[in-house]
Amino acid sequence: MVAQNIGFGIIALMMVVGALRVVTTTNVVHAALWLVVVLSGGAAQYVLLGAEFIAITQVLVYVGAVMVLFLFGIMLTRTRIGREGGLNNPHWKWGIPVALLTLAATVLTLVSSFGGEKLPEDAAPISTQAVSDQIFGPYLLPFWALSFVLLAAVIGAIVLARKD
Amino acid sequence: MLVNQFLILAAILFAIGVYGVVARRNAVLVLMSIELILNAVNLNLVAFAMRSGSADGHTFALYVIAVAAAEVGVGLGLVLLIFRNRRTIALDELSEMKG
Amino acid sequence: MSVVAASEVLNPLSSGWFLENSWLIPIIPAVGFALIIFFGKRLPMKGSEIGVISMVASLGMSAGSAYQWIQRVGSAAEGQFVEPVIRTWNWWQIGGVNLTIGQSIDGLAVTILVVVAFISTLVQLYSIEYLHGDRRYTHFFAALTLFSAGMLAMVIAEDMILFILGWEIMGLCSFMLIGHWWEEGANSRAALKAFFTVRTGDMGLLVGVAILYFASNEWTTENLGVSGFSINGISAWALSGEPNSTVILMASIALFIAAIGKSGQFPLHTWLPDAMAGPTPVSSLLHSSTMVVAGVFLVARLYPVFFEGFDILGAGGNLIMVIGAITIVIAAALAFVQADIKKVLAYSTVSQLGYMMLGLGAGAWLPAVFHIFTHAFFKACLFLGAGSISHSASHHSFDMRKDMGGLRKYMPITFTTWVISTLALCGVFPFSGFFSKDEIIDNVGNNGYTMFMVIGLVGAFLTAAYMTRATYLTFFGEARGAAAGQHETEHASDHGHDDHGHDDHGHDAHDGHGPRESGPLITIPLMILAVLALSSGFLNATPFGKSWEKLKDWVEPRAAVVMEVHASGPGESRIRAEEGHHSSPCGSETPKEGVCFAPQLEHAKFKWSKALLSLAIVFAGIALSWLLSVALYTKKNAKLVGLTSRNKVLGAGYRLLANKYYLDALYEQVIVRSVAGPISRAAYWFNQNILDGVLHGVSRTTRSVSSWTYRNIDQRVVDEAVNASGRATKGAGGVVQPVQSGKVSQYGALLFAAASVVALVLVIVNT
Repeated sequence: MVAQNIGFGIIALMMVVGALRVVTTTNVVHAALWLVVVLSGGAAQYVLLGAEFIAITQVLVYVGAVMVLFLFGIMLTRTRIGREGGLNNPHWKWGIPVALLTLAATVLTLVSSFGGEKLPEDAAPISTQAVSDQIFGPYLLPFWALSFVLLAAVIGAIVLARKD
Repeated sequence: MLVNQFLILAAILFAIGVYGVVARRNAVLVLMSIELILNAVNLNLVAFAMRSGSADGHTFALYVIAVAAAEVGVGLGLVLLIFRNRRTIALDELSEMKG
Repeated sequence: MSVVAASEVLNPLSSGWFLENSWLIPIIPAVGFALIIFFGKRLPMKGSEIGVISMVASLGMSAGSAYQWIQRVGSAAEGQFVEPVIRTWNWWQIGGVNLTIGQSIDGLAVTILVVVAFISTLVQLYSIEYLHGDRRYTHFFAALTLFSAGMLAMVIAEDMILFILGWEIMGLCSFMLIGHWWEEGANSRAALKAFFTVRTGDMGLLVGVAILYFASNEWTTENLGVSGFSINGISAWALSGEPNSTVILMASIALFIAAIGKSGQFPLHTWLPDAMAGPTPVSSLLHSSTMVVAGVFLVARLYPVFFEGFDILGAGGNLIMVIGAITIVIAAALAFVQADIKKVLAYSTVSQLGYMMLGLGAGAWLPAVFHIFTHAFFKACLFLGAGSISHSASHHSFDMRKDMGGLRKYMPITFTTWVISTLALCGVFPFSGFFSKDEIIDNVGNNGYTMFMVIGLVGAFLTAAYMTRATYLTFFGEARGAAAGQHETEHASDHGHDDHGHDDHGHDAHDGHGPRESGPLITIPLMILAVLALSSGFLNATPFGKSWEKLKDWVEPRAAVVMEVHASGPGESRIRAEEGHHSSPCGSETPKEGVCFAPQLEHAKFKWSKALLSLAIVFAGIALSWLLSVALYTKKNAKLVGLTSRNKVLGAGYRLLANKYYLDALYEQVIVRSVAGPISRAAYWFNQNILDGVLHGVSRTTRSVSSWTYRNIDQRVVDEAVNASGRATKGAGGVVQPVQSGKVSQYGALLFAAASVVALVLVIVNT
């Protein structure tokens, strides 16, 4: 358990630093690369939580596909790669109190509701089969809806991005 | 492992994401901040799934990932379109919604 | 719960293919809609044949269901609860919640099914000619067919989800149909107004259904094995004595708001007359039997909820009755000042819907349903008659004052059917409206609401009066404007509802000719409807004794306590046993064991004395209105046209009305002869000042009261309230306008900050 906690600490630190760099760096490409760090860290946390399938999906979809999308987006909407001024709003400082307020509200709630509660240690891991039973059983309708969302997104993205 | 260590990590990521959405001017960076927020939510879902031992959280985490992918696709399509029309993706210059 | 071995009391209920498969009734037009959309334009009749065929098939199915339902009722024992034919399928499930979709066919459902399918079929037939050559002919038929599918789906719905689905399909289609000729600004505005006003009410439907679901789900699952969306489950729950009175009151209010919006009740009635901008067949379908009846149907369908929620039959009346009564009088008064024939009919519909609401609110469930039934026929006939006039006689104008008059001679069929339907609407004895409207008024009085009964009688008087005025202006007197064969060039700009630009065809054929009778596709539906307007009342003719009260046997659910025994295995139906109707406590007290599906309602005994009173009131209305019409419109003409021509044109009825004029002439001659004799002078004075004064005074008062109501209450108070809320919003908007910088990041900051503050407040309050 100690090893898990140490692992969690290292990954969590990495994620927080990465996330901070994503929102503070002055280089858009660097921001994307830092995002990769955060997302990979997230995948590692899923493994710690016994959710291997989610972790693999996270790597495939986020780190693989979504990041490529982001890099394309950056390249198509910028003329130069490198440091760039004016990535922040003039009123960017307003973000700090808002974020702190949000953080305070959530942390306060979490501490008061979960206190020192521990995760069950001997819990049977949730198998991928159980997840698929859920998806194709009681949650079939959301799955269908999601298929339509993806279809609509694909068509929508093409319509939006094509030149004519 | 405490439940809260995951939840508070998620809360921190969420807050950082909120800061990014508010502070960033570049539309692509705003989209990245939104990804941070969604990841925080996913982390919560998976942690709660472990706590309760049911697969519901995993199911929803998968759905969130799929929706996020769709969102990025459409979002970047929008950004591209804005860039093509305005030669800029600075969000503070897009103030047609001014009341 | 205990099992009652009462098989000797119970008869097995008969069923049949049509009843079991009633779910096909809305499916057929829905499929027809898809076919019209995809293939309609390539077909020889541009898709209208699919619409007509699908509606005829639905009508056939509905008639079959009605027949088998009657047999089913016949197979039940005296006082035995006739269980609706329920079939459900699992639609979707999410988490642990199973949602079903299905049909629940009972007397109310088959009645409305037959009416809707029937009127839809006739309207489609009529539209083939009326819209011939329209540029969106195919789309019109598609929307019309889908509209019928929505209404039929709502009627057969077993659960509130399908009900909402049908309700919303209707809302959408009404928008498309009212705005069919959207090129003209007024039409698309009317469509938007109708859509948004009804949508305002629809919020109530969603809220009400949500309240009912969360309040009743546990009880219904445990006792009946159905979810809290099931209409039968909700009904049983409402009567079980289980629900909290506040919860059920809230649900009733929310649902009633939806009914107000859909049925054009005060104060959301303003959309209905504007919706006349649509093509006439649409008005006929929407405002006689379908769209506007949906609100009344909602109240009738979930009657146990309203019964408990509003404490119907309690002392002093309730919200439904008050709204219904206000609507009756206000709408009837407004009908007086309209020059547009369709608007008269629209206000008349609003007023009649008020009667239905009044009846439902007063515990007269069956008379209200019966009034839906009869009203559908005569009002559809009136609307189609108005369409026939504008189509063939008045150059697409609906203005009674400018473009009609004297059409009796040219359009004998339209005239006859119109008069029959008008008499039915007024409630004259052998016609259908008499039986239903009189029954409502009678039952309202019988249940102890004397004041509301008086309002009902006042409404009957007003109804007779405004319909007489409309009839007089349209068919009697002298032909004016387009009806007189004048081909006005400027009339296209005069009338908001002019469809001149859209269906020029067929119009050219009679350009330059005078008015004529419409073609068979228009007159045949009129004749069928007129026959029904005349005869449909005999289905529940209370004056002729018990054996004539067919509809009561067939439609009214018997308020019997049904013993519930849980299904022992999946697929096995529930076993039910009934006690006799003599011991039915449904509605008056909580049944100790078993459930009720319908509250116990009493019926007024028919008395000829009461009927004669209301008939006298109706005839007084007709006579007074006739005299006033002549005094106002014909006298005015006399100044314009001259004496002789007036005498030629005016018809037989005129002599009676024109008595006043003859008297005038007589008196003048008397005066001339006995120069300024005191008697003649007194007589002259009496005539000029008292008689004339009374007549003119009454007419002026009526006119000014009704135009005052129209100007001040309808146009000013109601509209003003809407505008004021708009201004208030705008003012509030001005205060926070600087926040609306248009910058997304600032919106984001505000959103998150506000959410966090609210969350913090909640956390602090809760700990």
